[in-house]
Amino acid sequence: MQDKTILATHGLTRRFGGLVAVNEVDFDVASNEIHAILGPNGAGKSTLINLLSGEIPPSEGEVLYRGQSIQGKSMRQIARMGIGRSHQKTNIFPRLSCLQNCELAARIHMGGVFGSWRSRLRAHAVSERAMEMLETCRLTHRAYIPAAAMSYGEQRQLQIAMVLATAPSLMLLDEPMAGMGREETAQVTELLASLTDRYTLVLIEHDMDSVFRLADRITVMVDGSVLESGPTEQIRTSEKVRDVYLGRHDEEVTA
Amino acid sequence: MLHRYPKRVAIIMLILTALVAAFPLWGEAVFGTQANFMLEKLTLMLILALFAMSLDLLVGIVGLVSLGHALFFGLGAYTLALASPDFSPASMWWMLPLVMGVSASIGLFIGVLVIRTKGIFFIMTTLAFGQMLYYFISTSQFAGGTDGVFIMFRPSLAIGERTLVDLDNPYSFFYFCLGMLLIGYFFLRWLTRSYFGQVLDGIHDNEHRMQALGYATSGYKLIAFVIAGVMAAIAGMLAAMQYGFANPAQLGWHTSGEVLMMLILGGMGTIFGPILGAFAYEILLFIYEHATTHWPILMGLTIIAAVLVLPRGIAGLIIAPPWQRKRNNDDAPAAKKEQASEAVQSTTPRKEG
Amino acid sequence: MDLAFFSVQLLNGLQYGLLLFLIASGLTLIFGIMGIINLAHGAMYMIGAYLVYDLNLRLGNFWLAIMVAIPIAIALGLIIERLFLDTLYKRDHLYQVLLTFGLILVLNEAQRIIWGGDVHRVPVPAPFDASIQLTDNLQYSVYRLFVMGVCLALAGVIYWVIRHTKLGIIIRAGAVNRDMVEGLGINVRTLFTLIFSVGVALTAFAGMIAAPLTSIAPGMGDNILITCFVVVVIGGIGSIKGAFWGAIIIGMATTFGAVLIPSLASMVIYLIMAAVLLVKPRGLFA
Repeated sequence: MQDKTILATHGLTRRFGGLVAVNEVDFDVASNEIHAILGPNGAGKSTLINLLSGEIPPSEGEVLYRGQSIQGKSMRQIARMGIGRSHQKTNIFPRLSCLQNCELAARIHMGGVFGSWRSRLRAHAVSERAMEMLETCRLTHRAYIPAAAMSYGEQRQLQIAMVLATAPSLMLLDEPMAGMGREETAQVTELLASLTDRYTLVLIEHDMDSVFRLADRITVMVDGSVLESGPTEQIRTSEKVRDVYLGRHDEEVTA
Repeated sequence: MLHRYPKRVAIIMLILTALVAAFPLWGEAVFGTQANFMLEKLTLMLILALFAMSLDLLVGIVGLVSLGHALFFGLGAYTLALASPDFSPASMWWMLPLVMGVSASIGLFIGVLVIRTKGIFFIMTTLAFGQMLYYFISTSQFAGGTDGVFIMFRPSLAIGERTLVDLDNPYSFFYFCLGMLLIGYFFLRWLTRSYFGQVLDGIHDNEHRMQALGYATSGYKLIAFVIAGVMAAIAGMLAAMQYGFANPAQLGWHTSGEVLMMLILGGMGTIFGPILGAFAYEILLFIYEHATTHWPILMGLTIIAAVLVLPRGIAGLIIAPPWQRKRNNDDAPAAKKEQASEAVQSTTPRKEG
Repeated sequence: MDLAFFSVQLLNGLQYGLLLFLIASGLTLIFGIMGIINLAHGAMYMIGAYLVYDLNLRLGNFWLAIMVAIPIAIALGLIIERLFLDTLYKRDHLYQVLLTFGLILVLNEAQRIIWGGDVHRVPVPAPFDASIQLTDNLQYSVYRLFVMGVCLALAGVIYWVIRHTKLGIIIRAGAVNRDMVEGLGINVRTLFTLIFSVGVALTAFAGMIAAPLTSIAPGMGDNILITCFVVVVIGGIGSIKGAFWGAIIIGMATTFGAVLIPSLASMVIYLIMAAVLLVKPRGLFA
């Protein structure tokens, strides 16, 4: 384990009834890297992310964040430790405005609701930070629109803005580009690329071009187990990955 | 939610408030000798409006469907009835804090238990706790059993020897209730538009996501539960003053069902809607009761019709009148678009300034 | 309390619990599979009792009355499901609560219009209108034993259906994850209609066989509804097993509570519920 490791798992396993969704996965993420998880549908990628964010408990094994086990902690506590995540399904607050969505995310790490109530200055800082995140995600012009009225791509971008606003040190993004058009995908790819100097990202993504462009390291999963893990170049040229995954499961990947 | 509505909402509500407030001026001309009776009815409507509004915080804003809200209504009534001295009026200066304190503590206790449950479970557990208090009260000697307790003297509102508001006078009591309703309304309006309200909206839309953001959602829900309970208890206290007694029926689950009806009739999640709902419900009840002894059938059919045809209630009609909706467009997206365009209008100045 | 008295109370508690199970199982099935909260469930219990009372007078035979009453109850369930609930499946629980609350008002008042506000009784039917000597000093009503037997038999049938049939697999899957049922390629419409009718039939049938044991009065459905809510909360939503044990617990608690701590009797079941919620907010068997 390197010094820079921010997140590590040991023998992480999750069973649902008889089905083993994640099978003895050893996985680590170094700070300030983009670590992508690739794999066909049903390979256990989403389950892995859910385990990393503490949304579901593992059947066996453990998740260490900055050397500390997240076992037994609530989602809220884990979020406050600095792990932020986005969901595969669009997961925003449709009736709140775009800015309010972002403010909700920012406020919790900036003194909370009651902090904002006590101090006008702090309330202002929250709005400012939320606006900043919207700007990063190129949503400034949509700030006062109810989130429900925005386009699908914009909602996905808002989701990233919200994760950013919680000031996480580690971001878990579950298919941030799912269902997006080519242009939107390119935009988000660019956005994520611009974040690397400040954040650590774990990314599940189906869009191969984006993954190979963005990721520093890639872990390929098949049937709940790690097939191969390594630097992007290694995965790109790996015979094993090419045979088992890129070749044979190609149609599933693009589907 | 943005909690901003078209101008006509404010205009209509202002006109209605003025009309109600001016009742002593026009009541006798319209109802003649019935005017006093009508004033009592109107006072009751104001009290029920406060009750319905408190439930809106839970159901409409946070999305917690409580079927035991009458528990707090009855609690307010019984606190007043049991704490009042037998031979002299109590003082409002300690009665009101007492009612609020009792309902807040019991709300906290029950809240801690029920907030842990979700959806159907929440409905059933609130109902069950409501019934628990109902059976406790209606079998207790000290609370007068099924007969309830009579209140000999209404509390007084005085400084020293000087009476501020003579609550025994039906007209001043009417204005007192109107004042309480307005205070309640502006309090909830402020609350829902505050940062706290934003969190409640967020919980309503997607509690899971709020937790992932790091919010302790249970705490917020608990606070909302207690606030709603305290407001309902104040309404219950006023109701007991109005009736002159506290009765187990006030905390039974039929009362909880009725206040939910007011909510749906008026339009939930809007704060002003439940006020309209309480008035509409009481007016309908008045008409049905005079039409037939079997009025519950008419009321039942009305509520079924409201659920099927008018799920957004009277408030929904005012916010997005049918004639303003585009054709070939079902009402949900139309309402959204309207909200969107209004949001832009109402917040543009803020953006510039 | 001597042993004989204790035994009688034990039997009474068991009998009440088993009856509660019939009603609560319908309630929990409708929750679990259809995601519908049906407040009018108690009203169907009341209607079952009144139907038997009425038909017993007209036909002069309790068993014949039950045979005629069951199809009527099922028909009523079908009408309610097709006419009202059909629109509610995708909507918030609030609307289900309100609509079924409206149904309670209508059904309760319809009962008053048809049968009036008086309290009625149904005589215990032959051949069970006797007591048997269980021990030297212990007598017990044969009809109560019969009711217990019928309830246990029905519980057995329900258990068998859920364990060993395709329908049972669907029900078990649906209670865990309702979307899965739709994913299995099953005609959800037909399934819902079937489940609702069975649920209504069970509770109406409970009202019918309970008729000779209780007084038949307006509002009898409301009380039983809330008791059954407590049963379902204790057992866990959607769980038939939970409904069974919850019902037995509540049956016993009610019977022994009335004898041992009369001052708190009406609150005992709620206190149990509060205790269960503290430890297991999703119920004992969820």
